[in-house]
Amino acid sequence: MRGRTDWRREAGPFLALIGLPLAWFLLLILVPLGAVWALSFAINTGVASIEVTGTLANYARTLEPTYLGILLKSLALAGLATLVSLGLGFPVALAIAFAPPPWRTPLLVAVTLPFWTNLLIRTYALMAVLRDEGLVNRVVAALAPDLAPLPLLYHDVAVVVGLVYVHLPFMVLPIFAALDRMDRSLIEASLDLGAGPLATIRHVVLPLAGPGIRAGVLLTFVPALGSYLVPDLLGGPGSQMIANVIERQFRRADDWPFGAALAFVLVYLTLLALALLAPRRPAARA
Amino acid sequence: MRFDRRRLLGGAGALALSLTACGRAERRLYFYNWDTYIGATTLDDFRAATGVRVVPSFYATNDELFAKLRAGNPGYDVIVPSNEFVTRMRLAGMLQPLDLSRIPNLRNIAPEFLTADYDPEPRHSVPYTWLVSGIGYRRSKVDGVPDSWKWLFDSDRYAGRIALVAEAADLIRLGAKYLGRSLVGVDEATARAVAALLIRQKPRIRAFHDDNGQDLLLAGDVDLALEYNGDMAQAIAEDPDLAFVVPREGSLLNADTLAIPKGAPSPDLAHEFINFLLDAEVGAGIARTILYPTPNAAARARMPDRYRTNPVIFPSGPGMAASEWGRFEGPERWRLFDELVTAVRAA
Repeated sequence: MRGRTDWRREAGPFLALIGLPLAWFLLLILVPLGAVWALSFAINTGVASIEVTGTLANYARTLEPTYLGILLKSLALAGLATLVSLGLGFPVALAIAFAPPPWRTPLLVAVTLPFWTNLLIRTYALMAVLRDEGLVNRVVAALAPDLAPLPLLYHDVAVVVGLVYVHLPFMVLPIFAALDRMDRSLIEASLDLGAGPLATIRHVVLPLAGPGIRAGVLLTFVPALGSYLVPDLLGGPGSQMIANVIERQFRRADDWPFGAALAFVLVYLTLLALALLAPRRPAARA
Repeated sequence: MRFDRRRLLGGAGALALSLTACGRAERRLYFYNWDTYIGATTLDDFRAATGVRVVPSFYATNDELFAKLRAGNPGYDVIVPSNEFVTRMRLAGMLQPLDLSRIPNLRNIAPEFLTADYDPEPRHSVPYTWLVSGIGYRRSKVDGVPDSWKWLFDSDRYAGRIALVAEAADLIRLGAKYLGRSLVGVDEATARAVAALLIRQKPRIRAFHDDNGQDLLLAGDVDLALEYNGDMAQAIAEDPDLAFVVPREGSLLNADTLAIPKGAPSPDLAHEFINFLLDAEVGAGIARTILYPTPNAAARARMPDRYRTNPVIFPSGPGMAASEWGRFEGPERWRLFDELVTAVRAA
């Protein structure tokens, strides 16, 4: 491309542009994360004192069956929530992308509307809908008075429902963006050349929406994996996720080094997910 | 409203006065407390009496308080730690010794609360309320009085309608009480026996709650919940179908206290504020709002009968006689309890 600047030759303007975000990143992300990372190699030496010794004992403890089991369960719950979000989010994104133009903005606003409310409020609202004497069960009781209230809260399924509810917009928006950019004539060509609507979606739309789907999966899975509020409020006696255990290390158990190690296991897993799922950069051109 | 010049001038004068008041630094006191744990007018009364504005902020657990102050006091003057955390925070060097000569209202406190194992001389805390764990339940859904921990820990009678606290140390120690042991000095074998009991009971437990068991009861999500007497007294005031009992095996007694963390910006004001809270009339105002049992004998004497003889606020009977004060027994014990409860929940 002509007129493209090379940052190596124009370091001054480049630094001026990148300096502030870089300082922000270093000061507010890398430094605190580094401190927690150092903490994960530390031991408790007293009621409120910690010494960084370089020990790996905290990481060894994260591999004990109890914690490994909780980690696997968190991966499973977050994975399931991501799959359900994809199943719900793709048709929604498709519908919005192909809706008549005057409808699109209101539909997109509707998708992002829940973000206007705090996560805690949204989760409590969901509890008010699902609890034994909640909205759903009141309707059920009105229709079938003999039925016991449906147990909709306080188990793993409720956690998945909550995770999907909270993270669905993160799935819909990137897929919508990908579909919106798509060249519509490709779909017309596919339909003209004899492919049915399903075959067209499978062989034309899905591959073109690929980057959007990957971004949506990543944006849903990563925060779902670290969810704390949803399992805490909607979960049952067994539905703790890894973030709940991390929270307890920093508070109740007062074992910051172990909590830091657990938190960093989550960071390592997130980086792995990023490496596997991040959109590939096109090969460098000369 | 008629709008004349005199009124206008008066208004301008008042405005000018309030502007100068803003310009002068108003004295402030930073009070870190549990939510809904102070009288309805207490802070305003203190401001009226002294001109000091009390700025409240809130925590939900002792652990939150401890974690917040652990890396240094971010600017709180008065905090309300429970007795076990008074011991723990003293060990960690986080509390200031109190100058009792500046808290003359300490004479209002009942003698049995004046000395305490959790806070030996020199005192670093004064008692604010006390509390006992027990079973909150819905009368219409439970047969008789569920006066044993069995109904929570070791029975399928109320399967799916039980809520326990998430607090690991409380669960393990109350389980030890059910097994007939003391809740002080629970050894590892007993703790593991309690964990095994809880794993067996887990399918019948609906939720582990963070001190909001009374809300689960009020909402009808559960019919039995492990809760504190004060929280249940507040809930019963809303819904008379709820009740509270201290199980006959005995339970866990705790106190919430007033203390001054090291590094408090205004320790003098903090002493003044603590003394104010221990005043008989002020203490009665607090008790009227929060319905927790007060160790303040002078304040209790000013309360109506329905508080003084309320069996939820001041329980009696075999359960109370068998109850013991909780103690902080070192961080390793707490970590073991937490690890066991984490395993229970993962099982």
